[in-house]
Amino acid sequence: MRNILLTVVVILIIHPQSINAQKVERIGIPELEAILTSNDDRLYVVNFWATWCAPCVKELPYFEKVAPEYKPEDVRFILVSLDFPQQIDRQLLPFLRKNRITLEVKAMTDLDYDAWIRKVDRDWQGNIPATLLFNNKANKRLFIPREVDEKDLREAIDKFL
Amino acid sequence: MKKLYLLSATLFFITMILPAGAQYKPGDVAGDFSLKNVDGKIVSLSDMTDAKGFIVAFWCNTCPVVKQYETRLVNIHKEYASKGFPVIAVNSNDPGISPGDSFDEMKKVARNKNYGFHYLYDESQQVARRFGATNTPHLFLLSKRDGKLVVEYTGAIDNNAEDASLADKKYLSDAVNSLLRGSGPQVKSTRAIGCSIKWKKS
Repeated sequence: MRNILLTVVVILIIHPQSINAQKVERIGIPELEAILTSNDDRLYVVNFWATWCAPCVKELPYFEKVAPEYKPEDVRFILVSLDFPQQIDRQLLPFLRKNRITLEVKAMTDLDYDAWIRKVDRDWQGNIPATLLFNNKANKRLFIPREVDEKDLREAIDKFL
Repeated sequence: MKKLYLLSATLFFITMILPAGAQYKPGDVAGDFSLKNVDGKIVSLSDMTDAKGFIVAFWCNTCPVVKQYETRLVNIHKEYASKGFPVIAVNSNDPGISPGDSFDEMKKVARNKNYGFHYLYDESQQVARRFGATNTPHLFLLSKRDGKLVVEYTGAIDNNAEDASLADKKYLSDAVNSLLRGSGPQVKSTRAIGCSIKWKKS
């Protein structure tokens, strides 16, 4: 028994991230398009952000707070990080652990921004934070290319449900 | 007649509200501006009579994407100022929201990074609003044609913010080179991830 406990402690020391395992999938344009064209009759709330973007970091807790108020089968939250690929391990992952981010995070690693920004929204200039809400099946869509607060977020979601 | 009146009133209203969110597009005529440079002098585009055009860069001190491009912008100015296209960098961020973007901090950055170009402070944010700049970095290439400043290209410097050596589309340089050859840019507009301009809370 003592050995098992010791082993667990040792594992936790070596792999502290296993306490709050946050897997981050690295995605490119095809995977982003797959998200944007999801047709499963759920509301998608996709937030574009980066750890280096102060207003983005400020609004993340609102997403964390609002998300549990909805059923996963009704609303799917995805945080798409735009941290530079070389910053994912040394910046993004520690940030997610430190701030206990539990929502699904994907890291968009295609830096050829002009090749995909218009796919998110025709009018998006690439400024972050930006949040896209959509339910393709119900033909609903709202793009918010600016900071949101808890109230904005809840109102936008409730309008679509 | 009443309908016509209503229609023209509506159109008038639409044109009144449109410019707030509109952005200079390739082919548009850009207005001149006068702003304070980091050396304390007021700079106007119209004062630079020798220039063939300008590379107007909405810029700041704090955005990590801008920082990735600092050296590249310095080099672009070195290459193109002598050919008639100087860089004019403009910081429109509200230092109330982003203290690192104050005029004093601009002076420090310009000195530390050896900015050879004008680095102007758009305190009222009117220039950014008029251009429809949304992010930093956000570039507008202008050329002089018949005494007017025509927008030739808007968007990014190239297609790799993280690593200049991996950028295989050099949008801005290509656009300036094509103007120098006497033709127009092939790519006239691009989008890129950047930091939102920090607008004053109204």
